[in-house]
Amino acid sequence: MNKIQKDILWRLCKYVLHYWYLFIPAVILTFFSNQLSLLGPKYSGSAIDAIAAESGVAFDIVRYNVVRMLVCYVLSAVMAYLLATLMIFISQKIVYTMRKQVFEKLTSLPVGYFDTHPTGDIISHISYDIDTINSTLAHDLVQIMTSLYTVIGSLIFMWNISKPLIVVFVITVPAAILFTRYRSKRVRPLFRKRSRKLGELNGYAEEMLSGCRSIQAYAREDVIGERFQARNTDAMDAHYDADYYGAIMGPTVNFINNLSISLIMILGGILYMLSQNGMAPEGTLFFITLGGVAQFVQYSRKFAGPINEFANILSEFQSAFSAAERVFRIIDEEPEKEDVSDAVALEAVQGKVTFEDVVFGYTPDKEILHGISMTAEPGKTIAIVGPTGAGKTTIISLLMRFYDVTSGSVKVDGKDVRELTRKSLRKAYTMVLQDTWLFRGTIFENIAYGREGATLEEVKAAAKAARIDHYIESLPEGYDTVLTDDGINISKGQRQLITIARAMISDSEMLILDEATSNVDSRTEIKIQEAMTELMKGRTCFVIAHRLSTIQNADRIIVLQDGRITESGNHDELMGLGGFYSTLYNSQFQ
Amino acid sequence: MKMVFKYLEKYYGRMTLGLSIKVAGTLVELLLPYILSHILADVIGKEMSDIVFWGVLMIVCSATACLCNIIANRMAARVSRNFAETLRRDLFRKTLRLSAAQTDKFTIPSLESRITTDTYNVHHFVNMMQRMGVRAPILLMGGIAITLFMDASLSLVMIAILPLIFITVYLISRNGVPLYTKVQRSVDGMIRVVREDAQGIRVIKALSKTDYEHKRYDEVNRKLVKDEVRAGVIMGTVNPVMTMFMNVGSVAVIALGAFRVSKGLSNPETIIAFMQYFTQISMAMMTVTRMFVMYTKSAASAKRIAEVLGTQEDITVKEKSEYRNKDTKAHICFDHVSFSYKGKRNNLEDIHFELQKGGRLGIIGATGSGKSTLIKLLMRFYDVGQGGIYINGEDIRTIEKERLYAMFGSAQQYDFLYSESIEENIRFGREISHEAVEEAARIAQAHEFITAFAEGYEHKLTPHGTNISGGQKQRILISRALAGKPEILILDDSSSALDYKTDAALRKALGEHLKDTTVITVAQRVSSVKDCDFILVLEEGRIIGMGTHEELLDACVEYREISESQMGGAFVE
Repeated sequence: MNKIQKDILWRLCKYVLHYWYLFIPAVILTFFSNQLSLLGPKYSGSAIDAIAAESGVAFDIVRYNVVRMLVCYVLSAVMAYLLATLMIFISQKIVYTMRKQVFEKLTSLPVGYFDTHPTGDIISHISYDIDTINSTLAHDLVQIMTSLYTVIGSLIFMWNISKPLIVVFVITVPAAILFTRYRSKRVRPLFRKRSRKLGELNGYAEEMLSGCRSIQAYAREDVIGERFQARNTDAMDAHYDADYYGAIMGPTVNFINNLSISLIMILGGILYMLSQNGMAPEGTLFFITLGGVAQFVQYSRKFAGPINEFANILSEFQSAFSAAERVFRIIDEEPEKEDVSDAVALEAVQGKVTFEDVVFGYTPDKEILHGISMTAEPGKTIAIVGPTGAGKTTIISLLMRFYDVTSGSVKVDGKDVRELTRKSLRKAYTMVLQDTWLFRGTIFENIAYGREGATLEEVKAAAKAARIDHYIESLPEGYDTVLTDDGINISKGQRQLITIARAMISDSEMLILDEATSNVDSRTEIKIQEAMTELMKGRTCFVIAHRLSTIQNADRIIVLQDGRITESGNHDELMGLGGFYSTLYNSQFQ
Repeated sequence: MKMVFKYLEKYYGRMTLGLSIKVAGTLVELLLPYILSHILADVIGKEMSDIVFWGVLMIVCSATACLCNIIANRMAARVSRNFAETLRRDLFRKTLRLSAAQTDKFTIPSLESRITTDTYNVHHFVNMMQRMGVRAPILLMGGIAITLFMDASLSLVMIAILPLIFITVYLISRNGVPLYTKVQRSVDGMIRVVREDAQGIRVIKALSKTDYEHKRYDEVNRKLVKDEVRAGVIMGTVNPVMTMFMNVGSVAVIALGAFRVSKGLSNPETIIAFMQYFTQISMAMMTVTRMFVMYTKSAASAKRIAEVLGTQEDITVKEKSEYRNKDTKAHICFDHVSFSYKGKRNNLEDIHFELQKGGRLGIIGATGSGKSTLIKLLMRFYDVGQGGIYINGEDIRTIEKERLYAMFGSAQQYDFLYSESIEENIRFGREISHEAVEEAARIAQAHEFITAFAEGYEHKLTPHGTNISGGQKQRILISRALAGKPEILILDDSSSALDYKTDAALRKALGEHLKDTTVITVAQRVSSVKDCDFILVLEEGRIIGMGTHEELLDACVEYREISESQMGGAFVE
């Protein structure tokens, strides 16, 4: 085992040990339940002896032993059940914690993580991988504890019967261990690949399912089906490879065990004959009786059983191991940079936002913004226009501190955003995006999402202001209508109105509107304009829009081209300039 | 489970071979204890060479068993691999063909977990079944057969236990399958939250809702744990109960044996041997119960998969005799079409118009007025309620899917970009040359920004195209619609994120290059539709105005309002 594997094992152990108050009873239960089930045969032996007694069947002894057996077996069953239940509780507690950790880590990651990691693969981590760990914890751990118990017990018995015969194990057990180690080293990458490929497959499935309608519109089901199939084949091949090479393990260890029994038989037979013809007199190291040989063989079979079992579940173990590796990788993923230790909460927000010579690129090799400087005075509206891809949305990302600037600074009320807590900074903004994100829940829940504890009245008022209340009320279940994934019952424009209502209900001091009404028809837009104006009143606003009607009333318009501010001023000033803005403005009347 | 067996049918031959090898290996391995007892009873103490001979024979048997097992396990792995591959392929294909209403019913997260975890459960089961399902039954059957021969009345004890075991199995499995079905449903719920949050991470962070989302996730996480514990605790009873039954049986054998021996009906040796077989049988029984637990779990998954596979396509190609051709010269004809999603209120009512080949149709109307629904009907995502839609005189219900969809190029509201190169996103799996891709991109005003990327057309998009702007997305989608050189081009609100200048350039290019293509533009901007041959104005599912821009300005109040709100209105303010 190298260091990484030891780390994984140790971390898994730590999860188990965290529930020591459950785990210790589990160990004790394992001990007693095994001990009891071993006692059973002992009593049955005595009972049979009593049956076979020369003087005829000794009924009282038989009865005595039968009662004891019954007690043992029933108790053992009860304990086994308790143990199984306990293990389910432990494993579920661990799995719960892991899922929680993964999820909470996910929400703390920089937003860019989700651009580069397919949702399906993330889901694969949290479902398939953790599931694999779960089944290993719930079933295989008990198995191993039981095995350990039996192995040690039988070893002690064998030691007492004949030390020379144990020598056989000195050869075969290390052989088994070496073999397993050698194999698992070869097989481990295969299991890792299997987890990864399955994750990729899930990622692809997720992505394509979300594009289901478009695929149908172009009748591309077959082509996409083929491509899925290629990944499917890949994943199944990886699965098969792991199975194929893993398949050697169980039978081979089994063989090594059988081999040792055969060798014991041969060696034991020879020792017995030596003992018989006096070459190994009683009391010496090599002496053995026939009964001794028989018992030794019995114990060595007992000894072999768990080892076989162990070899068989080893492959389960390995998949659990590579699953754990993947899970830990997410848990260890670098989160958004911690707030600095002396970060202060943004309070009593005035709403003055300053960009000072901001340079930024998502990757170090490609700069998107080259030295942006601008100031938004409290309560004013700043409109950002420019060709698509000029960096408008990037500016929004910096405002919200989804990313940190490469150089320069972004300040709110004169404080560098890097010195503020993220939570307070983001709380100071309300954002309406072109991408309308709604979750599966009632319309009420989706609107109330904007502010904790919003009442139905407030939600209704917001919906009214966003001109969506009429539509909502026309639905059979009104505000309790559950929004579905594909949303056949609601158009994109309506979805956007709901997100606007969500923004209206929030009470932040600053507002970001990124193409907030792009899917809303212009008449409705004019109707909600009043409410929007109300919403914008007294708040610092950043507006990205292509509708010039939204822009021309802004206190200040900034033209962004190729990551640089090329024009800046109010509508009249920019029109007078005769530059990009005026051309853009006039183009709508051509 | 029936479905599983249907899929396994074609592997029966290979499975039989694999299982035979496994049986051979198991039998050889079962020889070992007999050789052992033979050595102990007859060989030991006589000839040294005999011991070695039998010992070596044991080794040979072990090696044979080992080899057989490896081969059989590998064959099992191959069968289950092929099985799972086919099953998942069919499941995915079926999923892609589900109609929107059907997808909505299943929900996407649920479909996703059916393709992934459920298929995996069944895969695992099929694999383990072949690996473990041989030895235990052999031991079980063999043991029972031998005990019957040894002492029939003692084996009656065992036969008396069997009904108890069957009743237990029956009762537990009756509860088990629904329990695991519930677990899988909770898995769906958990996946749903993860999926939603992965997609909405920006909004969640922007609203500082991470704590709330943690709570939301915690709910589904807890529910899943609760369901898993419940299923686990119920299924956990199987093993101890079975073991107890078998052990109590062995106690009964001894008690009964004592009487029989005392009456001289049996002898102690038989009882000893009987007990040993009994142990063997109960060991086998344990394995069988383990398989049974796996069966229960995978049966729940199999049921969920079968649900999807068994879903009838609700949109099928109809007979010409049923839906006759219409005698019309128009390219597209809507003949008094009405439609309702839920069967209550009509979402579209009495839509009637004809569009000539190469014609330009504009559709305008408020959010929720039925514009997109009209397009969905034309593309037959849903079937009309009343009336009929005809393309070149053929009722679209009688046109085979491939032929129907090949006519369209559409850029829709629900845009779909995926993590491939831009070129591939435009090509979208069709056989289209690079030149055609580039030509489409030029018309769609996308060429310029695409070539500005260092990798040009090979620029790789992130999932859902999050690394390009909204306007760029739309132009790639329009390029995709154009690249197939469709007879009917549908632009469903697909230039809303473009600035006016680009939008104007796009419309100009469309006019120049697509003279023979019938174009339907759904828009909210009057400027996007004003050059159309005629424009439909929709309100609450009805046509309230139809005509050219000028005609409508005169005749349709609503249209005039819309127009003024966008053009004249802008001046007044």
